[in-house]
Amino acid sequence: MIASFGFGVLIITFLVTLYSVFAAIYGERKKIPAMVESARRAMLLTWPLLTLTASILIYLLVNDHYEVQFVYEVTSRSMPTYLKVTAWWGGQAGSLLFWSWLMSAFASLVTLRKWDRDREFLPWVIVVACITMAFFIGMNVFFENPFAQLYQMSTGVEAHTFRPAASILFIPQDGNGLNPLLRHPGMVIHPPMLYLGFVSFVIPYAFAMAALITGRTDDRWIRLTRRWTLWAWMFLSFGLVLGGRWAYDVLGWGGYWGWDPVEIAAFMPWLTGTAFLHSVMIQEKRGLLKHWNMLLIILTYDLVIFGTFLTRSGVLSSVHAFAQSAIGPLFMGFVSATLVASVGLIIYRWDSLKSETEMTSLLSREALFLLNNLLFMSILVVCFWGVIFPLISELFTGQTVTVGPPFYERATGPLFAALMFLMGIAPLSAWGHSTVKTIGRAIWKPIVGALIMTAIIFATYTRNAIALVAFFLIALVILVTIYEYWRGANARQKSQGENIFAAFWNLTGRNRRRYGGYIIHLSMMLMAIGILGIELFQVETQGTLEVNQQVSVGGYDVVYQDIAQFQGPDGREVTRAVLGVYKGSEYLGELNPRIDYYYDAQQTMTIPGQRSTLRDDLYILLVDWEPASATGATFKIFVNPLVNWLWLGSLLFLVGVFIAAWPEKDAEPVTVRSQASVQQQTSAAD
Amino acid sequence: MRSSRFTFYILLLSLVLAGLWTGSAYAQGPTPTDNEVNRIARQLYCPVCESTPLDVCPTEACRQWRDLIRTMLAEGKSEGEIKQYFVEQYGVRVLNEPPNRLVSYLVPTVVILFGAFMLFRGFQMWIKPSMTESRLEDTKPEAKPFQDLYIAKLEEELKKRK
Repeated sequence: MIASFGFGVLIITFLVTLYSVFAAIYGERKKIPAMVESARRAMLLTWPLLTLTASILIYLLVNDHYEVQFVYEVTSRSMPTYLKVTAWWGGQAGSLLFWSWLMSAFASLVTLRKWDRDREFLPWVIVVACITMAFFIGMNVFFENPFAQLYQMSTGVEAHTFRPAASILFIPQDGNGLNPLLRHPGMVIHPPMLYLGFVSFVIPYAFAMAALITGRTDDRWIRLTRRWTLWAWMFLSFGLVLGGRWAYDVLGWGGYWGWDPVEIAAFMPWLTGTAFLHSVMIQEKRGLLKHWNMLLIILTYDLVIFGTFLTRSGVLSSVHAFAQSAIGPLFMGFVSATLVASVGLIIYRWDSLKSETEMTSLLSREALFLLNNLLFMSILVVCFWGVIFPLISELFTGQTVTVGPPFYERATGPLFAALMFLMGIAPLSAWGHSTVKTIGRAIWKPIVGALIMTAIIFATYTRNAIALVAFFLIALVILVTIYEYWRGANARQKSQGENIFAAFWNLTGRNRRRYGGYIIHLSMMLMAIGILGIELFQVETQGTLEVNQQVSVGGYDVVYQDIAQFQGPDGREVTRAVLGVYKGSEYLGELNPRIDYYYDAQQTMTIPGQRSTLRDDLYILLVDWEPASATGATFKIFVNPLVNWLWLGSLLFLVGVFIAAWPEKDAEPVTVRSQASVQQQTSAAD
Repeated sequence: MRSSRFTFYILLLSLVLAGLWTGSAYAQGPTPTDNEVNRIARQLYCPVCESTPLDVCPTEACRQWRDLIRTMLAEGKSEGEIKQYFVEQYGVRVLNEPPNRLVSYLVPTVVILFGAFMLFRGFQMWIKPSMTESRLEDTKPEAKPFQDLYIAKLEEELKKRK
């Protein structure tokens, strides 16, 4: 009954969304403001309706209604309540509903802003947002109903939206339970964060389409969506970092990024989103690249949908699985249709998107930002090709291939290095015009500093050529950023008479976008340190130890002391080892790697024992190659140098984004004295 | 007497042959370590599970494949021979990158170079006309610097207040 009610609310929401689309178009075409207002209110109504739908689903999840197929698939009696709630996004149908709920929330927030100056955008923003929403809600209504129930038929148990003839409702005693891999705190927050990023990129896209449709192709749409874009990018970035942290903690291979197609599916919109964030500054400052910025946001939007499609449609397991999947072709159709329509609009407005000025210098900031865009697009090309090449190979040759980390690391490594080099130069170039001389005058000190730091690393840490080049670039970017900050603060200190700390604070406050951006650059370099450390210097060993036997790795001595097996509180069997960790003669503590076996899902999870410092991570897995016992157990031990700089950098990243996105103070009035008044005062003084 | 001597020599020969056989088995080398197995398993993907390297795959099938790698290493097989065996059994998808590197690297390289070329052409088009215009600019009388500064400041303020 409750499930059927939930499905009914979902259908109503779908119809309301469709009404909003048609009312907005009709009201705008016929110039009926009341219809547009009706469309806006309909869009506002979608959020409470979807909240009701979601609440019903959560009620079913928490109260063990296993006659509902989705509840049966993702929960079980032994799961704690909070995990039953987060199981909402633990399966396909629920995650599509979650997407729609987030979309309605953002669309409502947008429509609640003041539209006085930009009234002509409103109907088209409603149309684009509601078409997107209608697509995802339609997926739920027609293909992936989260409220479908299980029925016992003569042929077996099947899931249906409505009760078939000659069947009875089937109520299992217990559910399958959530995939144990998804029961980690990182996985609780990672999908919402990623979806927040995906969904919020729809808003700048909607405004871009509104600008094209209305012909308002100046940079007004960019200014309106500047903060939206920044927040969207922040959510997407942090979602990727959280996914990496989850992989590091529970996947049991000692790494954080495996170049898995699902990871890449979320990474691709991040690449175009980052390029877009930089490129729009060129349009704002210099009136250039209007076509390109439109194309970038369209690409980002379609990659968001494509990314959702890649992870939901089954296409990555096999192109044949995709063809048999209900939603795969529909996603592909939606992506294609929106891409064609959006590019068609750009072509329609081609002349009105002409640049207002011209580029005059190859070393100007806008030229370097364009190079930055080229590099991000190049990494995108590599990623996209790596994802689709197995599908193309299967389609044309019948042979499936795997594109794994070696391809991506070889192909993207030089591109990331070039990006870091640009990050070191671009902040020192000026808008409009820069020369080798002007940049050279500013950059020689950071270069010398970076060379000194690289020499120290060479003398004390490593002779690896790739590592040294990378550390040089990281040092260069950090020193250039600090130098820029110092230059600005120093100038302010002299002109305003402030102390250095006040100068730094006020400098940041006066230009939050710029200096927030510098902090983000710094955070990226900290993350780069962590990535380099684990990628180039990771040490690994695996072996079977008897009790009290010791193994040495990466400067640590690890002694196997004990193992215990017991029942966990949430229906799992835990096998937990005790290992003592020493460095020389110094006892550093105890680590407890474990294997959890979940009876309901019949799946194991390997949880590492970790000792984390800024210098490195000692990371130990209990491996079940051979059954563990009191006499012997197999351990895989990693020493991951510098990896925690990756997580530290991600926290600094959040700070940088908050600063960049914080509303600017009102501009201080600037007094400009006219020549006439100067002459008057001069003659008066005489 | 002769028959007992013959029997003795047969027994002695058998012992020597048995010793040689066990000696040759010993000469195959000690059991390969987990690290040696992992070094190869890391380069192979589970044929059944999606995107899971063989060294971390937890399934029983993967455990058996790792044991197979260990056996083949003990038999003296090289890394290339072991990988080739898996390819023959399960197809090229077990390798962690496509065997034909030319195809996998060629397409992105061509696309990226094309993008770089387009950007370079764009720079040429943008910079060249403005160089011509700047020569024309040189012949114009100099604008009053103070008014330029005033106009620039005014425009900056207007932009901030948008």
